[in-house]
Amino acid sequence: MTTFMDEIRQRFPQQVRSVDELVSGQFTVLLDGPDATAIARHLLTERQARLVSVFAEDRVHVEGVFYIYYVFDRPGDPTWLILKAPVPAENPTFPSLAAEFPAVNWQEREIQDWFGLEAAGHPNPRRVALHDNWPDVHPLRKDFPLDTVLPPFEGERHIYRPAHGEGVFHIPVGPVHAGIIEPGHFDFAVAGEPILYLQLRMFYTHKATEKLFENLPIHRAVFLAESISGDSAFSHGAAFCQAIERAAGIEVPARAQFMRTILLELERIANHISDAGAIANDVGFVIANAHAGRVRELLLGLCETLTGSRVLRGMVAIGGVRRDWQQGQVEAILSTLEVFEREFRDLVAIFQSSNSTRERLERTGILRPQKASVLGVVGVVGRASGVDLDFRRDHPYAAYRHLPFRVPVYQAGDVRHRLLVRIDEVGESMQLIRAAVAQLPDGPHRAPAHPIPPGRCAIGAVEGWRGEIVHWIRTGEGNCLERCKVKDPSLNNWPAIVEAMEGNIIADFPVINKSFNLSYSGTDR
Amino acid sequence: MFKILQKSLSIGSATADYPRIAPRLVEQFRGCPQFDFAAWSDARPAADACPTGAIAVSDHDGARQVTMDYGRCIFCGECEQASSDGAVRMTQQFELAAADRRDLVLTAEYTLHPDGSHAELRSATSDPSNEEPGKRIEAAIHHLLGRSLAIRQVDAGSCNGCEQEIVALNNPVHDIERFGIHFVASPRHADMLLVTGPVTRNMELALRKTWAATPGPKVVVAVGACGISGGIFGTNYASLGGVDAVIPVDVYIPGCPPRPEALLHGILLALGQVPRANRQNLRIDITDKLFSRAVHEVTGR
Repeated sequence: MTTFMDEIRQRFPQQVRSVDELVSGQFTVLLDGPDATAIARHLLTERQARLVSVFAEDRVHVEGVFYIYYVFDRPGDPTWLILKAPVPAENPTFPSLAAEFPAVNWQEREIQDWFGLEAAGHPNPRRVALHDNWPDVHPLRKDFPLDTVLPPFEGERHIYRPAHGEGVFHIPVGPVHAGIIEPGHFDFAVAGEPILYLQLRMFYTHKATEKLFENLPIHRAVFLAESISGDSAFSHGAAFCQAIERAAGIEVPARAQFMRTILLELERIANHISDAGAIANDVGFVIANAHAGRVRELLLGLCETLTGSRVLRGMVAIGGVRRDWQQGQVEAILSTLEVFEREFRDLVAIFQSSNSTRERLERTGILRPQKASVLGVVGVVGRASGVDLDFRRDHPYAAYRHLPFRVPVYQAGDVRHRLLVRIDEVGESMQLIRAAVAQLPDGPHRAPAHPIPPGRCAIGAVEGWRGEIVHWIRTGEGNCLERCKVKDPSLNNWPAIVEAMEGNIIADFPVINKSFNLSYSGTDR
Repeated sequence: MFKILQKSLSIGSATADYPRIAPRLVEQFRGCPQFDFAAWSDARPAADACPTGAIAVSDHDGARQVTMDYGRCIFCGECEQASSDGAVRMTQQFELAAADRRDLVLTAEYTLHPDGSHAELRSATSDPSNEEPGKRIEAAIHHLLGRSLAIRQVDAGSCNGCEQEIVALNNPVHDIERFGIHFVASPRHADMLLVTGPVTRNMELALRKTWAATPGPKVVVAVGACGISGGIFGTNYASLGGVDAVIPVDVYIPGCPPRPEALLHGILLALGQVPRANRQNLRIDITDKLFSRAVHEVTGR
């Protein structure tokens, strides 16, 4: 990476002001001004780099500028490369990359909404995170108090792209849906049964999460991280803790690293099983869902035995985990896994026994690899569409570098292959857990409490069951945070649902949506 | 087909018999914390550790008031760890649902010492009383709703943690349909709204409309720390706090998220709350109560 950095310096001598290597595992390149376009283009088109996240920070009260951060990674290199572009407060605008790199479309608009910085040249600069009837406020600016009382909400005023023609009409759905799912609005333009296009409106569950981080001491903020997306409580909690640990140079004991790995994989299995059941349910294969729900209970019971919580809350902590395991708990992992493996095999057999189910899932909701790659799709959805990414392998954390596993990737990109990725991953996770238990070291489960130095910035990255979770933090005085940027995989993947829906019939929307299973709360925060 | 049948037959019945039989809880399960107020030498470390502000300490006029709000508690156990005197103990109690929000709040008052520590307990409210749901409530459902209660679930801004456990109510283990209770797709078909929170600014109108679309008599149940009080999100520019800031609530179910048995307990409690008079009177009773609260809600803003 050092030679790579030298090369960037040589190639862009005017733009690069300095390089910060203070925190291990990441290079932060401070740019001369708000324009990161040339370097970003070079990294993305010539160096096979990938833009993982784009976000902003308000440093006006200290340094007189905002910063835009561009986080990149490259295949085969676990180091993060971060471009840091200052945007002057008196001219709050930065050049948009969205026309050239659509993956940053929503992220740049989020910056516009939350910080009031204009993404100049954005092809669709409308609001995304703040609904259209919100007053002209920018909640993540430091001079915007958390408890600001805004005028009452009077209904969404979003204007959807109209569809015209004989027999063409719109079907508005949500935010309150028919099933037990989260709120969002879908506007389907249909011609008979086939969908012409789908427009999305998210951010109904926006609850000031990133702003709240700036108002909580770090030891309490771990619990807020667990509430970003409840189905990924442990993954988000771990990503947050990893960011703090990296910033403060806290060495997490080996035992805790293995314990975290086991719990992360349990979270993956439990969610993949319920997704598999829900996919079956949405094509009318109810009995498969019933068995999946029953088998999932087995796993939640194990989660409770290991953490005191069925959904793995209150376990991950800065420096390790909150509670150690006795021998009996470790044995429970293996004995439960043995029962689970038999049940899982039967479940897969049940899935495969139904030809009509297969026919409903095959060639339904296709997301082509080329589209997936352009849109920056990640996680399960990406791997079903040829996007070979997995932070466990590409940026190893916890105990993953000591454990063997395979990353399943398919090219077909339909609902069936999103199901197959999940089934394959459950198999891999079982092996991972068994190997982690076999190698589980003795020793402390948590590093001693450690004051956290102010002014440190660091990334924490976890491959949650849904996909890549990134937290970026800046520490403040008195064990508090100045900023916590949260990126859930759902944010990248929502626009891809629109692509996957085109040409499908409206009756298949539930199963396509379920095969993506994105987090509304993780998106909206 | 034969294989599926064989599998299902080999499993037999997977359903747990709660609430007739108490669930088999693993010893690690964390229910709510319990407080020995008389033995509690200092509540401040627990208040500092509490991530949601469920434990609050306020000093005035030589007295210290400590409040514990189960409607904010996420059962994390940090208060137990922070209190070295053993006065806070995590229990396996999860049947905490209450019809009155005040039943979820405990208060203790101490004499304050000049050095910031506190001395003898002056007064403390007792633990909230919990009724056993069981057969009595089952009878009430059968009587009132003809063996059929329809629930519309509304996510008014939750993190989706509560939704996971609500979904689990429908799996074969918890099988809520054995009580004649089922989840429906529209508020127009519902007798009960099961609402998770915090209620976000962007969901307030949708929640109000859903409530208005639900025919009376209707019952509203607020789920989880966030649904009761806003939880860790509290009240801020984007969050209005608990469900009762927007619509009247009949029963509150603490937890983060409440386990399926806790949800079942609360739902059954909500039904049992309905007095066993004749059906005509009941209808008037409930609508009157909700109407008066709704009026209060509108005029109070």
